[in-house]
Amino acid sequence: MINSLLWTPLVFGLIGLFLPKRLTGWWATLGAVATLGIATALVAGFDSGASGLQDTVDVNWIPGLGVDYSLGIDGLNVFLVLLTAVLWTAGTAFAAFREQERPHLFFLMMLIGETATLGSFLAQDLLLFVLFFDLMLVPFYFLFGAWGGDREGGPTAAAATLKMIVYTLIGSLLMLVAAIATAIIAADGGHITFSIAELAKHPIGEGSQRWIFWFFAAAFLVKMPAFLLHGWMPDAYRAAPLPALAVFSGVLAKVGAYGFLRVVLPLFPDATVEFQEVILVIALASILYGSVMAFTQTNVRLIAGYSSVAQLGFITAGIFALSADGADGAILQMVNHGLVVAPLFVIIALLVERSGTEDLREMGGMAMKAPVLAALFLIVTLATLAMPGSANFVGEFYILNGLFDSKIVFAFVAISGVAMSAYYALRLYQRTMHNRRPDGLESREINWRDGIVLVPLVVCILGLALYPQLILKRTDISVTQAVAAAEGPSGGSPKTLSRSRPGRTTATTTQLREPAFWETPPTAHPRQEAVQQ
Amino acid sequence: VNFNAPHIDYAALSPVLALTVGLCVVLLSGVFRPLHRTAPGLTLITLAATAGLLIWQWGDATDLISGALRLDDLAISISLIAILTAAFAVLFSIREPAAEQAGKGEYHALLLGSVLGMVLLAQAQNLVSFFVAIETLSIPLYILCATNMRREKSLESGLKYLIVGSLGSATLLYGMALLYGGSGSTDFSGIAAGISQEGVLSDPLVLIGIAMTAVGLAFKTSVAPFHQWTPDVYEGAPTPITSFMAVATKAAAFAVFVRFFDVALAPQANEWQPALAVLAAISIVIGNVGALGQESLKRLLGYSGIAQAGYILGGLVVASEAGVNALVFYLAGYAFMNLAAFAVLVARERETPYGDDIRAVQGLGRERPLLAWPLTISMLGLAGLPATVGFIGKLYLIEALVEGDYTWLAVFIAVGTMISLAYYLRVVAAMWMRPGSEAAGATPAIAGASPEADPIDPDAGRRIYLVAPAILAAAGVVFFGVIPQPLVEFAEHAGSSLF
Repeated sequence: MINSLLWTPLVFGLIGLFLPKRLTGWWATLGAVATLGIATALVAGFDSGASGLQDTVDVNWIPGLGVDYSLGIDGLNVFLVLLTAVLWTAGTAFAAFREQERPHLFFLMMLIGETATLGSFLAQDLLLFVLFFDLMLVPFYFLFGAWGGDREGGPTAAAATLKMIVYTLIGSLLMLVAAIATAIIAADGGHITFSIAELAKHPIGEGSQRWIFWFFAAAFLVKMPAFLLHGWMPDAYRAAPLPALAVFSGVLAKVGAYGFLRVVLPLFPDATVEFQEVILVIALASILYGSVMAFTQTNVRLIAGYSSVAQLGFITAGIFALSADGADGAILQMVNHGLVVAPLFVIIALLVERSGTEDLREMGGMAMKAPVLAALFLIVTLATLAMPGSANFVGEFYILNGLFDSKIVFAFVAISGVAMSAYYALRLYQRTMHNRRPDGLESREINWRDGIVLVPLVVCILGLALYPQLILKRTDISVTQAVAAAEGPSGGSPKTLSRSRPGRTTATTTQLREPAFWETPPTAHPRQEAVQQ
Repeated sequence: VNFNAPHIDYAALSPVLALTVGLCVVLLSGVFRPLHRTAPGLTLITLAATAGLLIWQWGDATDLISGALRLDDLAISISLIAILTAAFAVLFSIREPAAEQAGKGEYHALLLGSVLGMVLLAQAQNLVSFFVAIETLSIPLYILCATNMRREKSLESGLKYLIVGSLGSATLLYGMALLYGGSGSTDFSGIAAGISQEGVLSDPLVLIGIAMTAVGLAFKTSVAPFHQWTPDVYEGAPTPITSFMAVATKAAAFAVFVRFFDVALAPQANEWQPALAVLAAISIVIGNVGALGQESLKRLLGYSGIAQAGYILGGLVVASEAGVNALVFYLAGYAFMNLAAFAVLVARERETPYGDDIRAVQGLGRERPLLAWPLTISMLGLAGLPATVGFIGKLYLIEALVEGDYTWLAVFIAVGTMISLAYYLRVVAAMWMRPGSEAAGATPAIAGASPEADPIDPDAGRRIYLVAPAILAAAGVVFFGVIPQPLVEFAEHAGSSLF
């Protein structure tokens, strides 16, 4: 099952090469839908009470080098896999409704991208993870470079994409060295294995952890992108074709955050604790910088791009709170953000089609003639700014909760990000949908085709808002395990130690503490719900 | 008079004999005018027969000619790589002006002569056979580089290669003499025994001898800073010969590099390891930085070859079985990646007036997808992206380096790979992200080219003998990137024959 999930997109993509041009888009969409079906079946069959991996595949791939082809799902990746399948379906369908130049290649690259992304989420072998992580770049290199737009007075699409590739590969090639070093140091002359679960059982020495941690962190932080490592983002985002950008921003950035949870926390717990505050500073800087940039930019793509920087900063902060709450929130927020940013880019594509410009100052007043589009956009906007009642609110709440427990100072700074997100999200909505309509701008209602793409995504946002427990219930055990190693030795601040929660460190219990008086969000508290069930 | 004839192991000598016989036949086919069209076919038959005989000997390890040669799996694997490359070069040479001008018989006989030198070199375990083999390999190449007689650059390339190559050989020979003086033996194992004696290790003459042999070999493998000839010679030589030199020469020279250092100089490993590591690092930097601004694809591949030589040298630096495995694996992968690229280069050189300029591949993605894909795969492979043999090769090398406590060199490889993306992806971008170049009616833009020397063949991009090798090599790059185990076992055989 997990094999078919991983390879279905690629197989569809290859067969699509032999179909007539006008069919390839539909064929690719069918492939994405089939993948979505398999992913949904996997999630439906997911046993939320069990700890450890499910649906595993484990084959010796290169015995000579100790590399296994090993896949599996657990609470950390199950919803990210589903998110990937959902967003790819939307992105592919959106692209299929429009005429693409060289469609064979375009859709092949889209589907290779899906396989690579799913692979990096599913991989349970460190080297396989690195392989898929690098492989993700190749299709997007082609998609951004060959179908992207050259910018006047700026770099060409090819140059912008090259910058992106060099940036991201700086991290991931060092990660390759680091992954091999981890396995060899852990093997200590014995049999080399790259199995993440095996490596997590015997963490390597603290001295080695330090440099290896940074090699991995570099790869993940560039991918997100985090502040100071985001240099590739503006050019690449401006050049990218929007359907590809929707999935790129929605999913690929999350692989970086996921990598921290999957690899860094369990394998390098000592270094994680040691550098916790450094990463938190980077995360907070991303929040502040991303937010400030998002409300000063005038290019609509960049507003969405910088808001992603801020959101990913939030997610990183949640992970590096090194508490189960923070990491729970981070996973929920990864899914939320993916579900928000992909429709946002779809809407941006629609806005650009209507106004013929990407400049916010030249847009406005579109809601008058397009009330449905405006309503959908409003829902997305409110989710982006984490309106109470949305799943994003729950996610951010959890992150902040975890951060308050361990690093209260950082939590106060992070809160400002919540406020700022309201500003840039509403600014984007208002400037495009309301205000005076510039002369010559034609507004149209959303047509049924784009509706098919956009409405299901918005429904997902609403559904998750009503029932965030869907995710939290299934992720909790795995998340607890993932942070346990790093949580154990440090305990964050002394305060956390005194409030140590026995249920947190063992995998099978879901014992809960009493919610504090301030922990009463407008939605039912997820953990209370868990008790009721 | 009682005379005991020495025992001759004809089975183990059979590949060398087959090559020699084939060489003579091909040369004679050129002499008899009506037969000269058969030369390429005869060459391919010879190569196939040799490959068959080598595979027959797979798994054996035999000392030949009183220990002058040793046919083991390392020698066989490297010989097979050289033969595969030569076969591709024969296909690339069909309708090549250089082969017509030099005479088909002579051209192909010289090619086989060079292959013979490589097969001998891969087996050499004595200073004398080592030197004889390396000259057998080099001298035909000096001539082959200059076979495109109507192009000034080709002649320049041949002369340059001759002078620099002779300098390299002289250095090598001097070093060998010093080593012989210090150790008292020309045999590799004899040298190892000789320098293990107390006092010999610190003998400056022996150290200078080692240094000079290393320099001589670095010349042949185009390891920086002894690489200056590489881009010029690669650019000037006829492209099929460039492809042969880029892959086969490198493979054969690395084979003897490995055997010489890991057998003869094994006792002094601690002395030469850091020196070779520094050479490897310099090579990685110079090759990758040098390739950045190149407009000529042959020069680009030349510089990329220097960088790749640096990576490969890493496998030797650690002086371990894993290192040799990684080295042989990488050489095999390198052969596939380069041959795919050169096949496309040859086709485009004949098809467009741009020669080997990067403009020759502009818009190839639309125009000739069957050529664009192999070149794309080759470039992605050389850049070490996943799902290609290049990725697995780098993984193999890095694993060997980290195991051998040379993590810093592994980091160098990673950094070098990043730089290399900038030029490999430039080629990919030219193919897929730019409109085609307006080729029609343009005068040749390449210096030293003339219409009669480089006739344009508008169908070169559809010729089966160019398209099929390109696709085959690219398929190898992807296949061994996804299912590397067979190639890993191939390489492990080679490594285990030394340790």
